[in-house]
Amino acid sequence: MRMKASEELITSGHLACQGCGGTMVMRHALRALGDNTVVVIPACCWTIIAGQFPYSSLRVPILHTAFETAGAAASGVRAALDIQGKEDTNVLAFAGDGGTFDIGLQSLSGAAERNEDIIYICYDNEAYMNTGIQRSSATPEMAWTTTTPSTRPKSGPKKNMIQILAAHKAPYCATANVAWPEDLTNKVKKAMTIRGTKFIHVLSPCPPGWKISSEYSIEVARLATHCNVFPIYEVYDGERYHINIQPKNIPVTEYLKAQGRFRHLTDEEIEHIQKRVDYEWKILLQREMTDSYHMNMPA
Amino acid sequence: MKKVLMGNHAASWAVKLADVKMIAAYPITPQTQIVEELSEMCGSGELKAKFLKVESEHSAMASCIAASSAGVRAFTATSANGLALMHELLHWASGARLPLVMVNVNRAMAPGWNIWADQSDSLSQRDTGWLQLYVEDNQEVLDTVLQAYYIAEKVNLPVMVCYDAFFLSHTYEAVDIPEKQAVQDWLPPHARENILNTKDPRAFNGLVMPDVYMEMRYKLQQAHEEAVAVVKEAGESFAKAFDRSYSTIETVYCDDAETVLVTSSSTTSPARLVVEALREKGMKIGLMKVRLFRPFPVDDICQVLSGKKKVVVIDRNISFGKGGIFADEIRGAIANDPQAPIIFGYITGLGGRDITPELVEDIVMEAEKNERPERLALWKGLKS
Repeated sequence: MRMKASEELITSGHLACQGCGGTMVMRHALRALGDNTVVVIPACCWTIIAGQFPYSSLRVPILHTAFETAGAAASGVRAALDIQGKEDTNVLAFAGDGGTFDIGLQSLSGAAERNEDIIYICYDNEAYMNTGIQRSSATPEMAWTTTTPSTRPKSGPKKNMIQILAAHKAPYCATANVAWPEDLTNKVKKAMTIRGTKFIHVLSPCPPGWKISSEYSIEVARLATHCNVFPIYEVYDGERYHINIQPKNIPVTEYLKAQGRFRHLTDEEIEHIQKRVDYEWKILLQREMTDSYHMNMPA
Repeated sequence: MKKVLMGNHAASWAVKLADVKMIAAYPITPQTQIVEELSEMCGSGELKAKFLKVESEHSAMASCIAASSAGVRAFTATSANGLALMHELLHWASGARLPLVMVNVNRAMAPGWNIWADQSDSLSQRDTGWLQLYVEDNQEVLDTVLQAYYIAEKVNLPVMVCYDAFFLSHTYEAVDIPEKQAVQDWLPPHARENILNTKDPRAFNGLVMPDVYMEMRYKLQQAHEEAVAVVKEAGESFAKAFDRSYSTIETVYCDDAETVLVTSSSTTSPARLVVEALREKGMKIGLMKVRLFRPFPVDDICQVLSGKKKVVVIDRNISFGKGGIFADEIRGAIANDPQAPIIFGYITGLGGRDITPELVEDIVMEAEKNERPERLALWKGLKS
């Protein structure tokens, strides 16, 4: 995975916080994509990280666009490149969880339904971190945020975006985790070989938002997968599931206790989260087993 | 070649002649035939363009902004609520200095649901930085969409072409369609620097601090001020190529007029008949049609209206709490002129109610009778 600094498409001097998962996601994604790439960034942390006018922290063109438009703007760039004969240029929509799960869901759904030939990466830090840690529909159940205080933490489970994209029959959906950069870059490379809408959902720790020390960013992200809170898998054509990383099935409490945003949880609440995680993991295993690989889809 | 076309199809023909490369649209009455016809043209291959059938007007504008940022000529069309949904992105298009063109078929805003003619939709977008042109007939629809690309690409600003629902959109008229080659000679293929280019990577629309934002806005305003001359130049060079001339305003009998009637869009047509008839009766009346609303052609308008006794403005729109928007703009434009006329602002025809020659005459005669208007917003045609 080592690259010379001169070969990286992200430069030093970007404006991210220490330990920012979203910055690592961009770095790894661009390593796979190369410089023949246009990046579309809606309002999110990366609006800041990319640098202020006239600077840019990326060595690829960036189109900054309105919060809810990543899917539509990436579609527009794709159309314009194609009509100019630049079909080989990658179009990467790079959005946070707010811009994907909430305000941008409609335009993403439109793009996926039209099966636009784009790669959409959601770097999910599980809240509106750039505006000061407000809850999104990607915020995990019972987490503290500035709009879900510990006296009334976030109710209800995190929205399952992969299921939503799978329901669109997107040809390739995957989850990834910055703690496994090779897996992430391999998925981006695979996405480049598939025509249509590719959706990669990457868990991206946010030290200030998760209330963790920046040096534990990767460690906490790794625990999320080993505790089955954030399984790493692919879905082909919305049907065929494949789990990529076998978790160590560590109790969820290890993951929760590592973060200040879960500090208020009681043992009963942790037990509730454990049950939900176990249930979701079983469902995922069943989906992988009921693989429709050999079923014939009607033409 | 002459064809009998509805206003909407005149717009589609112009888009085809302009060789637009990317269209994104969402259906809304009464705009739909524009994009239906364009779908046919793209489907048959007579127009080689990408057509994105997006899931909302918001995404239509977002896709057009993106395509234009990647360097191609883009188009969309909408009406009323669809335009209102785009509002945020209208600021993006002008702030990013993109030469987009959009047709807005003027339709009333809901509630209640009303699909008929009313200019309040596009006039609500007055401050978004788009150029706005209001046109009177189907020939002008086709010619103005072509001119819109010419203007947009000279000033790097988006242009909105507005015309009345049904009175134009669904009404068939004979339209002279220029030859494709003649259009291409007049409107060369789109070529622009500073676009999304992997060989010359730049970041667009990113973070700007207070130290540069204000200068960017100043340049946008400057571009608007310069656009007045560009609109005139576009009209003149269009006349040389196609023998039909256009400008920011059009005047009829204004030189010696004491009273000037001011209209826009299709309301101008009944007003022409009324002014003609009243002239025959010996009344010193003239007509001014305002075609360019943004930038507001202040100098052109003041030159016509300065020293007149009365100006009567008909508005098929309203800014609630003030009155008719064209009337208000004219008041603002001429306020510092020591020879400013008395301005009567009439609101009528909202939500598609007919503006007949009788109604126009009624308005003119009432203004003629009164020394000053009773209030800023006068209403005509209200049911008691």
